[in-house]
Amino acid sequence: MEYLIGIQGPDYVLVAADNVAASSIIQMKHDYDKMFKLSEKILLLCVGEAGDTVQFAEYIQKNVQLYKMRNGYELSPSAAANFTRKNLADYLRSRTPYHVNLLLAGHDESDGPGLFYMDYMASLAKAPFAAHGYGAFLTLSILDRYYRPDLSRDEAVELLRKCVEELNKRFILNLPSFNVRLIDKDGIHDMEKITLTAK
Amino acid sequence: MALVEVSGLKPFSETSGQIFGTRQTHLVDRTNHYSFGSSVREFAVPVGEEPSGFLTSCNKEGGVNIEMNHGTTTLAFKFRHGVIVAVDSRASAGRYLASNDVNKVIEINPYLLGTMSGSAADCQYWERLLAKECRLYRLRNNHRISVAAASKLLCNMMLGYKGMGLSVGSMICGWDKEGPGLYYVDENGNRLSGRMFSTGCGNSYAYGVVDSGYREDMTVEEAYELGRRGIAHATHRDAYSGGVVNMYHMKEDGWIKVCKEDVSELIHRYREGMF
Repeated sequence: MEYLIGIQGPDYVLVAADNVAASSIIQMKHDYDKMFKLSEKILLLCVGEAGDTVQFAEYIQKNVQLYKMRNGYELSPSAAANFTRKNLADYLRSRTPYHVNLLLAGHDESDGPGLFYMDYMASLAKAPFAAHGYGAFLTLSILDRYYRPDLSRDEAVELLRKCVEELNKRFILNLPSFNVRLIDKDGIHDMEKITLTAK
Repeated sequence: MALVEVSGLKPFSETSGQIFGTRQTHLVDRTNHYSFGSSVREFAVPVGEEPSGFLTSCNKEGGVNIEMNHGTTTLAFKFRHGVIVAVDSRASAGRYLASNDVNKVIEINPYLLGTMSGSAADCQYWERLLAKECRLYRLRNNHRISVAAASKLLCNMMLGYKGMGLSVGSMICGWDKEGPGLYYVDENGNRLSGRMFSTGCGNSYAYGVVDSGYREDMTVEEAYELGRRGIAHATHRDAYSGGVVNMYHMKEDGWIKVCKEDVSELIHRYREGMF
């Protein structure tokens, strides 16, 4: 139902998420933001069970901010991803596991850009591109086919557009618009929303 | 209840622990979602008990037939002159009609309203508890609680009992410093801010009517008519909604109760255009 996608370039990470908040057959919101800003250069994209998503993401968000307050410097994207995964793993075998699928995207001064894929079973993988949701079945092959490690920013947005076009063409559910953001050494930049009518 | 907390008197369960000389046993396991409110949980749930599993066994196949009150249509939408809240008034227990005259809007304070759908008992209890927390907030902080904060409080209450069979679909409507506010909160911990929501089993019918008739620059009378229409058409199609339309209008200086009209009379009035 929900869709997340991330593409890593040589010095940036491009991420996008759909804007629908649904409850059974009804779209309750058309402009819902599924991205959570963990720090100036880290974004957490979160989909999954209602209630769990916001609660878990806000929990991670506040803890990352607390780390900065206590220690004076921010967690790196890799550290934040591992912290998130550890929390997912700790709750997995409790009475209240979190059923959430995540993409964590960030830019580190020394390591450069990073995209981390996590799922509700607490797996973690650093990947050059990744997607979550039923839409991933349709778009991962497009990413396999056209991705190159040296994509320019415009080419990455084009690749993202190709994926969205495929969803509009073949995916049974209507996902009319997508939030798009780009992270590089200067922070998080909001990019133009991709909507159904846009060419 | 409120006075006990404010005055600092220890609640019963804490004192009993001291009397018997044992450390207060924690009624929840360590890694667990945030427990709402006071240090003592509202309801003690024994470790290892599975309330949601028990509830699913209380159906016809299991031999027992406990059907909770469920059917409803409620709707609320923001427009230029505030927020319109309209609800039906039917309470059903399975196929039995328990009551046709239930009040599904709780008046939390002159600037906050809460609607109820799902289980009547759950909604009435938890929204009354929310009203208590809002009152305490006002007394402690000397300013009224914002709609966002009130809805977050209710959301956290729901998350504390997630998976245990609560059934609450509520809209918190109000007017605070940010202007008119409308939040949808449900038993999963979903909390959404939006311009229009409808809850209950008749919600899809209400969405259809209100979405097609909505304009941001409606007059107040047009908005009242749209709210009436939404509930009336939903009760016409949905068997579990009916009774009367209770409508409230949230304005900058507080809410007013607009009307209480029987849906069958409304449908007769609309009959000309319908068939």
